[in-house]
Amino acid sequence: MNESNQVPVVTLSNVEKHFGAFQALRSVNLEVARGERIVICGPSGSGKSTLIRCINQLERHEAGDILVNGRKVGSEPKQLEAIRREVGMVFQSFNLFPHLTILENCTLAPIWVRKLSKREADEKAMALLERVRIPDQAHKKPGQLSGGQQQRVAIARALCMEPSIMLFDEPTSALDPEMVKEVLDVMLGLAEDGMTMLVVTHEMGFARQAADRIIFMDEGRILESATPEKFFADPEHERTRAFLSQILH
Amino acid sequence: MMARARIVTMAGTPSLARRLVGSPGNALITLLLAASMVVILPPLVRWAITDAALFPAVPESCRAVSGACWSFIVAKHSQILFGIYPDAQRWRPLVVCVILLGLLVFSVRPRAWQPRLAIAWFAALGLSWWLMAGGAGLVPVGSDLWGGLPVTLILTVVAIGLGFPTGVLLALARRSTLPVIRLLATLFIETTRALPLLSILFIASIMLPLLLPEEILPDKFFRALIALYLFASAYLAEVVRGGLQAIPRGQYEAGEALGLPYWQLHLKIILPQAIVVVIPALTNTVIVMIKNTSLVLVVGLFDLISSGKAALADPAWSSPSIETYLFITLIYFLLCFGFSRFADRLERRTKVPTK
Repeated sequence: MNESNQVPVVTLSNVEKHFGAFQALRSVNLEVARGERIVICGPSGSGKSTLIRCINQLERHEAGDILVNGRKVGSEPKQLEAIRREVGMVFQSFNLFPHLTILENCTLAPIWVRKLSKREADEKAMALLERVRIPDQAHKKPGQLSGGQQQRVAIARALCMEPSIMLFDEPTSALDPEMVKEVLDVMLGLAEDGMTMLVVTHEMGFARQAADRIIFMDEGRILESATPEKFFADPEHERTRAFLSQILH
Repeated sequence: MMARARIVTMAGTPSLARRLVGSPGNALITLLLAASMVVILPPLVRWAITDAALFPAVPESCRAVSGACWSFIVAKHSQILFGIYPDAQRWRPLVVCVILLGLLVFSVRPRAWQPRLAIAWFAALGLSWWLMAGGAGLVPVGSDLWGGLPVTLILTVVAIGLGFPTGVLLALARRSTLPVIRLLATLFIETTRALPLLSILFIASIMLPLLLPEEILPDKFFRALIALYLFASAYLAEVVRGGLQAIPRGQYEAGEALGLPYWQLHLKIILPQAIVVVIPALTNTVIVMIKNTSLVLVVGLFDLISSGKAALADPAWSSPSIETYLFITLIYFLLCFGFSRFADRLERRTKVPTK
């Protein structure tokens, strides 16, 4: 147990990714310690989403190594499923399963992937829906919920798999402004509980409040990696400063 | 058709009078319809009811009337429904029809959709086969003597019942990331779709016997059944593929991110949504397939239409073909309309609620 605390949850070394002629990631190196909360920001097309999508292999990297809990991420189906079980993900557009109830959304993978009994899965899911404050909606379908509620369900769904790290891909950018806070509150609660989190977002308030480290990406590179205090007060790069001046107005 | 057009052009559902003559256009349509009814209805009623013969079911009763000869249907219904199946054994195809139609009606209820239902269907088909073919206690009856409604029902149920799962597999195969599987599925679908069903039936019934030794050749009924099944699979595959394409990328990603393996991802998340999207198109294909079974007459199988024709050949009767075809039309209509009502119910039931 002690030893596993020393192993970084995620390690990326010299990761490269192209989309056709476009290079999305250029020799990216990153270590995420257990319990660490990292916010990734940067202009659009800078590779932030690609980076986190490589971790659970929704995108296949072409060069370099990615390790999750010390295990190398590969394209072998068994390997892939094992990694994905440990990595939870929340998407910009929620991606709940519209034909299933909220509860079924949360219990599907625990039952079929983690082989929990229906009762165990239901209990776990209800506890987590309680935590994201929507237990009373458990038997509705996603289409009957607001965007903010759907995104909170999506977080609960990912948590039901008891992941060792949670990836958030712009979780609030598809939401109406009045719903952003309810989702960020859930994420803050998660951060306080010590969940390892990698969050792609432009919500700098959240970054200031919850992040241990902020990463700024540009043109597929990690340009800057600093504590929030340093990142906002004294960024090293001109590009970071230009970016911050654009989003903090 | 006209009635629907009228209702659509009016907002809400106003009174009957307003719907009929609410606007000059509506008034004109109502007038035209009423006029054509005055022209068509009386002679139709006279032909079908007042001047028609029903009993006694003998040729003489038809000669005495100028209207429809329903007594022919009464006299020949068993031959039309069961073809040239031996008279003394006609209870067997009758039981087959009762079993298959009964199970079809039973299967409509969502509460019945359990793994047991699939077992019930396999049992029903096996039982039907035994009843039709005989053996093991029953007088053997060769499939060249089968005919009428049980042939139509067995061909439809097997071709669609097996064709649908095969179609789903073909649709998935055609979208597979494995080039060989994708190529094979595409080849099969494109070849089958490019051929008319008639030529596939001819290949199955006429060319195969030239190519294969008689001992290993399945009988004519079985060959036509396989031809229909393959044809249905190819068409249903493309319909299902259309549904698969309608599912957003995010659904796959969410399932993959949860660690669901390929089959669970498809069975639990993708297919349930994809198939619901294409219920109208599936209904279309299934109804076309129900009617396509009548094409087996070209390879010498006695479906409903051929057995109706055979009944008409009796020289004692003045060949009342309109009455016979109306009777057969009614049976096809009930089958197709019944299925389309079922599909409609399914569509309502699977509609995903929104706010």
